[in-house]
Amino acid sequence: MANRPGGRRTTVTPKNLAEVRVEVVECDLLIIGGGNAGCFVAVEAAKQNPSLKVVIMEKAEIMRSGACSAGMDAINTYIPEDKTPEDLVRWSRDQVGGGPLREDLALSNARELNEAVDDLERWGLPILRDENGKIRYRGKWDISIHGEQLKPIMAEKAVESGAEVYNRVAGTGLLMDQGRCVGATGLHVRNGTFYVFRAKATVVSTGGAGTLYKSYTADSTNSGAQIWMCPYCVGSGYAMGFRQGAELSSLEQRWVATRTKDFCGPVDTISVGYKAPIINCKGEKVMSRYAHLGGDAAPRYIRANAPMEEWLVGRGPCYCDTRNMAPDKVTAMMTDYLNERPSFVLFLASRGQDVTKEPIEIYGSDPYILGGHTMGGFWVDIERMTTVPGLFAAGETAGGNPNKFVGGCAAEGKLAARGAIAYMKAAGPMPGPADPAFASQVEAEKSRVFAPLMRGAEYDGVTPREMKERLQRLMDEYAGGTSQFYRTNEERLDYALKHIAILQDQFKFLKAADLHELMEANETMDRVDVSEAVVHHLKARRETRWAGWQTRSDYPERDDKNFDCFVETRRDPKTGAVEAFTRPYEQIVSGERMKA
Amino acid sequence: MPPKVQHHKCNGCAGLPESRCEEACPGDLMVVDEATGKAYCRSTRDCWDCMSCTKACPAAAIETRIPYQLGYHKASLRPIMGKDRIIWKCVDIHGQETSYEYKNRLKR
Repeated sequence: MANRPGGRRTTVTPKNLAEVRVEVVECDLLIIGGGNAGCFVAVEAAKQNPSLKVVIMEKAEIMRSGACSAGMDAINTYIPEDKTPEDLVRWSRDQVGGGPLREDLALSNARELNEAVDDLERWGLPILRDENGKIRYRGKWDISIHGEQLKPIMAEKAVESGAEVYNRVAGTGLLMDQGRCVGATGLHVRNGTFYVFRAKATVVSTGGAGTLYKSYTADSTNSGAQIWMCPYCVGSGYAMGFRQGAELSSLEQRWVATRTKDFCGPVDTISVGYKAPIINCKGEKVMSRYAHLGGDAAPRYIRANAPMEEWLVGRGPCYCDTRNMAPDKVTAMMTDYLNERPSFVLFLASRGQDVTKEPIEIYGSDPYILGGHTMGGFWVDIERMTTVPGLFAAGETAGGNPNKFVGGCAAEGKLAARGAIAYMKAAGPMPGPADPAFASQVEAEKSRVFAPLMRGAEYDGVTPREMKERLQRLMDEYAGGTSQFYRTNEERLDYALKHIAILQDQFKFLKAADLHELMEANETMDRVDVSEAVVHHLKARRETRWAGWQTRSDYPERDDKNFDCFVETRRDPKTGAVEAFTRPYEQIVSGERMKA
Repeated sequence: MPPKVQHHKCNGCAGLPESRCEEACPGDLMVVDEATGKAYCRSTRDCWDCMSCTKACPAAAIETRIPYQLGYHKASLRPIMGKDRIIWKCVDIHGQETSYEYKNRLKR
């Protein structure tokens, strides 16, 4: 058991590929990404079989990595005593307008959920309880926590479980053997080692993809990463699988949320947690306009889009009206923010704002691709295996099953661990590291990953930042970003695809001056590849099902006849051609779906 | 945006395998300059403002600042990490000070 420090940076970088240090690590189970889901994969794997050799490849340092690194103020789903897992699935289905969603996955997750949250409390997470010791609900399903230490608490247990954690190693590609996954490669961003992790089974839990779209707060500021999603989760896990032919599901159901304006902070904290109503510039309660869809309890995409619709018709700005909050409630709300998004408290202080006198302004976020809030991610079977044998997905990286949040990502980590262990028992032997086909794919990937560094800082090429920002502008303006109020159409999407193809062709001009930039170059290539998939998904859903999350100006209505199903994409690893297709929805949990 | 490092307080965590801020930053943005031995943020534009570095600094040498384009000069928010508690001290642009203290761990 070890948590290997990343160490200080080296400024001496290899001059040619032969100088790149390669380290081969053999393991039973490889976990790519030691976040919320990944930590639970490790703990569960050790519980199932303590003799397994488990390795976590972590791009940051596991104690503060991924979406939970800043902390958390709530666990959005914990099944109350008088409700059932089926009730939770029905609620989740309502939140996405009746679906489609993978009810098989949702149900298995729901059955595992409370135990995973109980684990967190046993490990030291403060969950707020009332005077009788009962868990305090802030809404129907969500409970309040003091989660400033949430990530270190999970990470300590993953390390204690015996997993070997390789910090500061960024995943770059999957290792394949005759169509199955046999591990992955990674770049050590501090010392430049190229890692070859050979594994009997691999779980990818790299989170979702932020930073594909431009954030409006990046305009004329020194704040290019001022977004809701962890900006260091760029979709590398999706990209690694997509490049090897793993099927992606539902990326067009993007996560767009109402966030605090100018400094992205959570809004449910105020509107749900403290019942502060959403109002427009005239002081009208915005959600009363949506009373027929549930008002304040309307599906999430409707709540997310409502303030932006007000702006669009000239009734912005919009606010969360905090002016009637009692002082003790304000302190509790600020404490929530300090737990999840502490710098938002600093932001309010930098505006000199007393929230009992001035309401908190809100606006729409940039779009994110996520499998834990909305349902973009890998198509997985009930064991959480992707369509590439040996490759499993959990948490934000696994698709089809929205509204997982912290507890659900933890629960899914456990399920993926069990699935991976069952798979490895039946899997055949893998080729040795010296096998010619294996060695040549390692060499090819090393060459791809290190190419920008080999070109050097003086090369007349393209910096990773330039390409990232070109992509972000393209996606914002043509693939339904914030500046376009999330709307797009066939022609804009074709334009986006045309330019994505140019960017892919220009990977050959990327340059990196040091190892950090080399990581950025690889991240940017991943962003471009994931964006290609996103645009194909948006193109294929020729209807508007979840306005805001997915709005087609040219097909403004919901079309149940043709699109009450999943949109999928797959890239052929040999030709690079992307095909989009559909898979049917299956209702498993009874009840009326299309209430909204 | 940017963690601002107060140079007179920073010793780059000399003697450790890496400085606490280099260890904590989820974006690999904090670096100790080999020549000066002081930490700095290599790309303030890429900072998420998660305050992990600010919490981790043993010398309280790091302050998180809001970019001026988004918030005015100058407010501060300082975390003081205890064994199972955290204290935050916040000062707004009018000089108004507020403290928050709560338990962040049930046990160690």
